[in-house]
Amino acid sequence: MLQSGGETYRVEDTMKRMAAALGLPHSHSYVVPTGIFFSVDATEPAKLIRISERTTDLHKVSEVNAVSRRIGQGELTVEEAHALLQQIEGQPSSYSAIVKLTAAALSSGCFTIMFGGGWGDFLPAVLCGGIGYAAVIAFHRLVLVKFFAELTASFVIGLLAFLLVYMGAGHERDKIIIGSVMPLVPGLLITNAVRDLMAGHLVSGLSKGAEAFLTAFAIGTGIAVVFSLFT
Amino acid sequence: MLHFIEQALTSFVASASFGIIFNAPRRMLLHGGFVGMIGWIIYIVLEYAADAVPATLAATIAVGVISQLFSRTFRAPVIIFSVAGIIPLVPGGLAYNAMRNFVQNDYGAAMEMAAKALMLSGAIAIGLVLSEVLNQMIRRLPGSLRAKS
Repeated sequence: MLQSGGETYRVEDTMKRMAAALGLPHSHSYVVPTGIFFSVDATEPAKLIRISERTTDLHKVSEVNAVSRRIGQGELTVEEAHALLQQIEGQPSSYSAIVKLTAAALSSGCFTIMFGGGWGDFLPAVLCGGIGYAAVIAFHRLVLVKFFAELTASFVIGLLAFLLVYMGAGHERDKIIIGSVMPLVPGLLITNAVRDLMAGHLVSGLSKGAEAFLTAFAIGTGIAVVFSLFT
Repeated sequence: MLHFIEQALTSFVASASFGIIFNAPRRMLLHGGFVGMIGWIIYIVLEYAADAVPATLAATIAVGVISQLFSRTFRAPVIIFSVAGIIPLVPGGLAYNAMRNFVQNDYGAAMEMAAKALMLSGAIAIGLVLSEVLNQMIRRLPGSLRAKS
């Protein structure tokens, strides 16, 4: 659940509620974006799980939520719940890569219109956004550092936008670039960071905020490199 | 008028697409798109009348409140709806322009835009907090009345 982009306070809450419903009223859990600490009570040793990979999968978040609600209502035993959770974890993404790519490309085009671009820039933005999104996934597989994947992807977007405008396919370079980088913008992280801070999870909120800032910085740098090369 | 229809349509598609990127449940995509559309329409209408900062604030509060309502009606985490609604309001364009001006050595304009982007992010944060508080007040109000009577 944490790996899939849920808010940390929600993860803690879910764990405590599950434990309480299963007969462990004195459990404690402490969740930060990079790890989970959980202790059942004072006599058992606490457990620690490290989280290194953080992605976004709202489907899993809502599935686990449903399971925890059923546990809370006493509908499930420990074994049943465990089996269900295992099943959720193994679930593949509910949309294929092609569908996601299409969605990213389409949203790029739409954002270009929303930010005041003309319809003539719709298709170039769709192209740039799609290729940019594909690039970030491909680069992330190649190099494990997220920062570089985002930097190179936004570099590709900038380059492509310049090229398209140069060839006369697009009109407003800026609008195309803004629309195309939107799928990379860390919107979910920002919302989560604020919600975590609000709920009093200062460590989680700040670290998520830092992650969001780093992503924004990577995108900005990638685009900036293109500009400094061509203007 | 045509402009509004165009904006409403594109914001709906963009928000729903974001649902797909974030792997939201299939049956919630349309709801996410709807929340995003409402937020964006409020934003563009108010931006004409007032400034971008209050417009963002109002739009975020609306997005937050609708997300909370949807979350309770459809029994799904709030985040599924709020993310789709927030994305269009994030000041990506301003941040981009600020960055461009920095690179082109126009620091004055760059700082101005960066400050504005910061203000807008702050407005989003405050909007989210306010909608949360509003939601808690609404939830608590009937309970406390019942407890007294």
